[in-house]
Amino acid sequence: MSEIFSVTVLVGILASAIRLATPYLYAAIGESFAQTSGVVNLGVEGIMLVGAFAGFYVALFTGNLWLGLLAAVIAGILMGLLMSFISVTLRAEQGISGIGLFMFGLGLSSLLFKTTIGTVKTIVGFPPLKIPVLGDIPIPLAWWLLDKTTLGLKTKAVGQNPAAADSLGVSVLRNRYFNVCLGAALAGVAGASLSLSLVNLFQENLTAGMGFIAVALVYFGGWRPLGILAGALLFSTVNAIQLWVQVLGIGIPADIAVMLPYLLTIVALAVTANRARQPAALNKPFERGEN
Amino acid sequence: MPSTPPSTIQRRITSVEMCDIVKRFPGVLANDRVCFDVRAGEVHALLGENGAGKSTLMRQLYGMYQPDAGEILIDGQRVEFHSPADAIRSGIGMIHQHFMLVPTLTVAENIALGLPSSRGPVLDLDKVSARVQELSAAYRLKVESDAYVWQLSVGEQQRVEILKALYRGASFIILDEPTAVLTPQEVDDLFATLKHMVSEGHGLVFISHKLNEVMAISDRVTVLRDGCMAGTIPGREATRDILVSMMVGREVKPLAPQPLQAGAARLKIEGLRAQGDRGTEALRGVDIEVHAGEIVGLAGVSGNGQRELAQCLAGLRKVTTGTITIDGKDLTHTELKAHIEAGLAYVPEERMRDGAIRDFSVEENVFLHDHAAPAYTHAGIFLDFRKMAAHATDLVKQFSVKTPSLDTPIKNLSGGNIQKLILARELSRKPKILIAAQPTRGVDIGASEYIHQRLLEQRATGTAILLISEDLDEIRSLSDRIAVIYEGHIIGIVQRGEATVEEIGLMMAGVSATHG
Repeated sequence: MSEIFSVTVLVGILASAIRLATPYLYAAIGESFAQTSGVVNLGVEGIMLVGAFAGFYVALFTGNLWLGLLAAVIAGILMGLLMSFISVTLRAEQGISGIGLFMFGLGLSSLLFKTTIGTVKTIVGFPPLKIPVLGDIPIPLAWWLLDKTTLGLKTKAVGQNPAAADSLGVSVLRNRYFNVCLGAALAGVAGASLSLSLVNLFQENLTAGMGFIAVALVYFGGWRPLGILAGALLFSTVNAIQLWVQVLGIGIPADIAVMLPYLLTIVALAVTANRARQPAALNKPFERGEN
Repeated sequence: MPSTPPSTIQRRITSVEMCDIVKRFPGVLANDRVCFDVRAGEVHALLGENGAGKSTLMRQLYGMYQPDAGEILIDGQRVEFHSPADAIRSGIGMIHQHFMLVPTLTVAENIALGLPSSRGPVLDLDKVSARVQELSAAYRLKVESDAYVWQLSVGEQQRVEILKALYRGASFIILDEPTAVLTPQEVDDLFATLKHMVSEGHGLVFISHKLNEVMAISDRVTVLRDGCMAGTIPGREATRDILVSMMVGREVKPLAPQPLQAGAARLKIEGLRAQGDRGTEALRGVDIEVHAGEIVGLAGVSGNGQRELAQCLAGLRKVTTGTITIDGKDLTHTELKAHIEAGLAYVPEERMRDGAIRDFSVEENVFLHDHAAPAYTHAGIFLDFRKMAAHATDLVKQFSVKTPSLDTPIKNLSGGNIQKLILARELSRKPKILIAAQPTRGVDIGASEYIHQRLLEQRATGTAILLISEDLDEIRSLSDRIAVIYEGHIIGIVQRGEATVEEIGLMMAGVSATHG
């Protein structure tokens, strides 16, 4: 048991934690934009998968990682447009639309993978060190966007009281489309951070529930960028620990270790269940004149 | 952004005309060839019952809806508004009945919402605040620009709404039922502000269904009835009788209560204390007695403990200390069911939340309490639909509830008809005590008149009635005694006719009167 507390292992855990935090962070920050505007997008997982595949495919065949990243962003935005159309324009129940989007993303990425690449191949991805730096950017940027800009003010108003925003000529529809698509673009980046940097490959269901944890992180972080950062680091640390536990073969069954992050999700949400800051219009489609 | 001119009005309008406006909603003709005009420097009141089409008409002027036919002219020029943004740009502002504020944002943020900033994408809240302070000084509308809206009183929130319109340079402002939530003193303040605005050259539309306010402030009055024009008359020619007959289309007889024949005390509330929803103490020692055959009116500004008191009496809220006795029986800590069995009926304030189930039919809503009563079941297990339908038909007829059928979901009925049905349900149980909370809020004059008549009939049969209302006219015309609640305790009780509106208004604002 003692080897887990050695300096090398602790540094290792910390380094992996920061690396592993990247996909959570991008996906959760993205989701927090959508939710702040009043849309719960449960399809993050599906968007990440499509983003991861699109990024990997383009990088594999062009040899250009940046083109791959761009492809992931575009794929994310397309998925975001689909989600907005269903939940904002057609006003479908958001939870169900999100689950549908997840299943669509899961199926689409698997199908395309089987028909185009077929077997697991690896690429030389972005050097891992680049990502932590990149990983720091969305937090201050998200904070600045939400608290200091006219766009952020509109977004918060649309999520809290869409009728009020509408009465001042703010387009609730446009704002929600924008935020859902921004969130989806970031989910695409989160997916690509896996396939182009962390694991450098694509396989079916590569994300294995990370997108859903990202949604949970938004609640955990109380819809604030710093809270989400704290949450993402906590989860990635637990993830890193479970990886190292497996590597070192400490007497804990691997199945239990793998379960840890998911267990923590449930515990953390139960403990931090504070809905005081939840956008009041979350999950409520907007229709003018209904009050 | 150009530097703001000394006057707050950016684009002066001299007249707005709406001609032959037609607006349809599925199944409803909301406005039928309505004409309406406003000039700079006047208050034009738009009067009518709920559902007469007042708000619909004004929402078209504010770009929230588009008319199906007819045209809108500003200074003689035809305009088409596709959204409120278009109307705001043309110099029109609107203060909505339900405030359009975001409670989690500050006053300055609410005012800046949707406007371009002088710093491009970055907010300029410091400049906004400075400008808000200028405006609030010029119009004597006191607010703190960095306070959060959820911290403000209702009167303050309304000032923020007015400032929001002024900040946008509104020349003409529509006020939709602005006094609904205010104390009499706050109404006076609002009227002073409105008169000041008119003298500055603003044109105001004042939507209301309260006759005395319309008569007090208007230069002209237009009355709508069932979506049609009932006429426009100068404010100084408007009398109560003329306006009512224009609104209702017939004359309305004043109430004539029988002399009081109060019996023994049926409902006794002593030293009642209870917590509110947020854990603060909402009731701080309430003492009231209601006698058989008596109506006690509970007046007060919304949020002073009325809701909590009604819930305690109905058995829906836990009492901390104090006692509630009905006919000598202690019901302080008993369940809801015991209250019903003791003969208590409850007409809740939020009829669609607490009084009825939206998607249930009219008949099902009649049987929310009595579905298990032996009279309407076979062997106490299976519903006896024949008897249920007969009883529901009976009540609908007796209380003249207008509904297409017994199977219609109750949400499709008008507010007045829903309220009549709830009252029918409660009164059909022959209650000894009736708690009626805001029984005519949002209900048209015809139905209000009917409900008032029913309450008086019930009083004559010996029921003890506690009437909780924010409508002082209602309280004063029905109550034998008036109790005023302020911050969770009864600040004074006066006999019918003993206190003027001003005295009651002062008590509602927390100033204890000599009577108390």
